[in-house]
Amino acid sequence: MFDPAPQILVGLEIGTSKVCAVVGEHKPDGSLSILGVGQARSRGVRKGEIVDQTTATEDVRTALAEAEHMADVEIRSVYLGVSGAHLQSFNHRGRHTIPSHDREIMEEDVQDVVRNAKSFTLQADRHVVHVVRQHFIVDGQAGLIDPVGMPGALLEVDVHVVHGLTARLQRPIHVVKNLQIEVENLVFSGIASSLAVLSSPDKRRGVLVMDLGAGITDYVAYADGLIRHTGTLAVGGDHVSADLACGLKVGLGRAEALKCSHGGVHLDPGDEERTLSLPSESGLPDKVVKLGHLRRIMALRLEEIFEIIAEDLEKQNLLDRLRAGVVLCGGGARVPGITELAERVFGLPASVGRTRSLSGLVATLDQPEFATAIGLVKFGSFQTPRTPTQRWRWRLRQTLGHLGSVFRMI
Amino acid sequence: MHDHLPAAPIPSSAPAPLPVARILGLGGAGIQAVEQMCRAGLEGAVGIAIHSDARCLASCSLPVKHLLGGHVTRGLKAGDPEMARALAEAEVDALRELGRGADLVVMVAGLGGNTAAGAAPVLARALRETRALVLALVALPFDFEGRRRQTQARAALRELRTAADAVVSLPNQNVVALLDAQTSLTEALRVIDDLLARGVRGLLRLLRRDGLINVDFGDLCHVVRGRQAESRLATAEAAGEHRAREVVEQLAHSPLLDQGRALARADALLVSLTAGPGLALGEVNQVMEQIQRLAARAQVIMGALVDPALDQRLAVTLVASDKTGPAPVATPSAADREVVPEPPEPEPPAGEFPPPADRPGSERVPTRGAASRGQRGGEPGPELELPGHERVGSAEPAASTARPARRRRPQQISLPLEPIARGRFAGTDPTVHQGEDLDRPTYQRRGVTLN
Repeated sequence: MFDPAPQILVGLEIGTSKVCAVVGEHKPDGSLSILGVGQARSRGVRKGEIVDQTTATEDVRTALAEAEHMADVEIRSVYLGVSGAHLQSFNHRGRHTIPSHDREIMEEDVQDVVRNAKSFTLQADRHVVHVVRQHFIVDGQAGLIDPVGMPGALLEVDVHVVHGLTARLQRPIHVVKNLQIEVENLVFSGIASSLAVLSSPDKRRGVLVMDLGAGITDYVAYADGLIRHTGTLAVGGDHVSADLACGLKVGLGRAEALKCSHGGVHLDPGDEERTLSLPSESGLPDKVVKLGHLRRIMALRLEEIFEIIAEDLEKQNLLDRLRAGVVLCGGGARVPGITELAERVFGLPASVGRTRSLSGLVATLDQPEFATAIGLVKFGSFQTPRTPTQRWRWRLRQTLGHLGSVFRMI
Repeated sequence: MHDHLPAAPIPSSAPAPLPVARILGLGGAGIQAVEQMCRAGLEGAVGIAIHSDARCLASCSLPVKHLLGGHVTRGLKAGDPEMARALAEAEVDALRELGRGADLVVMVAGLGGNTAAGAAPVLARALRETRALVLALVALPFDFEGRRRQTQARAALRELRTAADAVVSLPNQNVVALLDAQTSLTEALRVIDDLLARGVRGLLRLLRRDGLINVDFGDLCHVVRGRQAESRLATAEAAGEHRAREVVEQLAHSPLLDQGRALARADALLVSLTAGPGLALGEVNQVMEQIQRLAARAQVIMGALVDPALDQRLAVTLVASDKTGPAPVATPSAADREVVPEPPEPEPPAGEFPPPADRPGSERVPTRGAASRGQRGGEPGPELELPGHERVGSAEPAASTARPARRRRPQQISLPLEPIARGRFAGTDPTVHQGEDLDRPTYQRRGVTLN
């Protein structure tokens, strides 16, 4: 029973451009180290959602096999990242009147109010991915983290709910289950990325994490240490490539290559007329494209993504609460000049996220593309109870439990 | 902001001469429409009737009449458009005389009729030679009037576009959608005449009244000249508490504006607001804001004027032009016709014309002969309004006249790059944000040109 062996946690992200599996080791002392990573080019995913189950299954198998090989473990279950335009979020408030005579808030009251907050109705075809607890409110006094022991008559709590279409959420689960691997939990990729790149002080000061993926951009806004808003925008690197293919009149593959080799959002004054000559493929004359066009097309698209997100945050009244600024991750964070563009659009300091507080293959993994997969492992480490007995009980609950999960911050 | 009147863009000696306007009805349908305009009062512009049918002219109440080809047809109608054209060509000097001294000639015609279809382009050309701004306001036949009228009207419209400064077309078929099936034909025709009349009246008001924020003749020229492609003219009026909103709603559903689609396509827009002394800043703001939202691409010129006669009502007149339409097929003569309008020559200001109500014969009830009714018809087809079709048309006129285009497919034209844009995203839900398809390249949607 007293199992001193470290817990193996696996994060699996089935992204639009790559499938990535990260194997982590959660030691009994609470530290987390990364043992291995496996990657495969993703072919069956568009805009963050699986469109071809067969190829997606193959790609997941390849990635998991590579990770198993590298970490030298057998993968039985994974924390699965999900994204897609169908994901939506809202904030909901639960209420509970304190029944006890002395009006002191007890542990049970907290459980009741949280239960109340979770009782909301969704459309029949939707399923909850996360219910993230925010702060408690006692008799109108907001911002309380732990109300137990406080006197009060009315206890309220805000929760942030992320939900999605059941049918779409089941697609990646099917893919993983087809490989005889269990899904521990579904995690919204945006939240996973934010766990990987943020520190607690950042969260307290308020920060926006944007994961600029190939197919979809996920974003999560924190203020006062809590998740305030999450969202997705089904526009990503693929759109940039498609724009370039259209605007420069080259093939999609070549547009992709151009984006990686010469991409950027900033144009030096002298570069406006600079041209790039592309070798021809079939004896046709060389294709010449202008660097100015390339950069302008990219800048317009990325700027638009930022503008739409900024507009959404403005609507939530969050923009001026993000004192730590904007953190970018995902492949899009590699675009030269992207932080300056984000600073300009949001009017906030921007930086590229680095995965923190990990040991193991840090150097390999400290790249913005891996934020989601690493975040999934981190999410797993928050979920896993420390003592073996708890762990068994938790296992049981997981087996019997449902798709939805309760995700508690702090 | 009290500018002096619709200043023609040239120094003038007289105490701010008003631009002189003539309203010219060509053919049976055109005459009917102009009569109706005059009955309702036309801010001093004079109405002129031109037709090849002596009987129709005799029964018409307009003060100035011109019979086309009286010596050839003996006042019986021209049998086909070619004949009407020949008659008009023969009398081109007389026609030019009708426009002499005018700054603006509004030519109203139903292009389904023989006289109108044949003579309209000739007349427009002749009038432009007198240096007037020629605005052709044409009704296109109903679908039920048959293929021949339709093709005839389409051919005439195409020609007219190269001849007149601006062509505003109203496909009668668009109006059908507005009326229910029980509406009598007389009533339907009256509605069409009324739509035309309101447009013209709004235009004249815009040019002749001193505005708080002035729109003048020069502005009108700026909007319509060189844009033969596609001009729309529409007015709307509303009263009451929510008049600002209602008026824009009316415009957005106006058949003259293709149910608002013409606004979205427009690249130059002249908007004039008229109301009683109670016109509020908030209302002007509200109207302009909504219009600018509807016409995001357009360069908007706005004017506002107070007309005590309107009392509680708010009227908006709008001229929308679309430069991106078919390139005008410039005939040599059309090319040198791009002239800045001269100052009005010594000429009685239009205001001095007798008010229309005093005219003898104004009590005449419109009894349309079968002929004049036919005049409105042909069958144009709303597809005439689609720039895409017109582009085909102007490139190969003969082929297009014979083409039995019946369906309206406006979407096809605006998305030529769809296959490329969709490529990577085939099989996914389109990403739509506030009505914009984000899968289309941003630079295209924002109109950034790469060169």
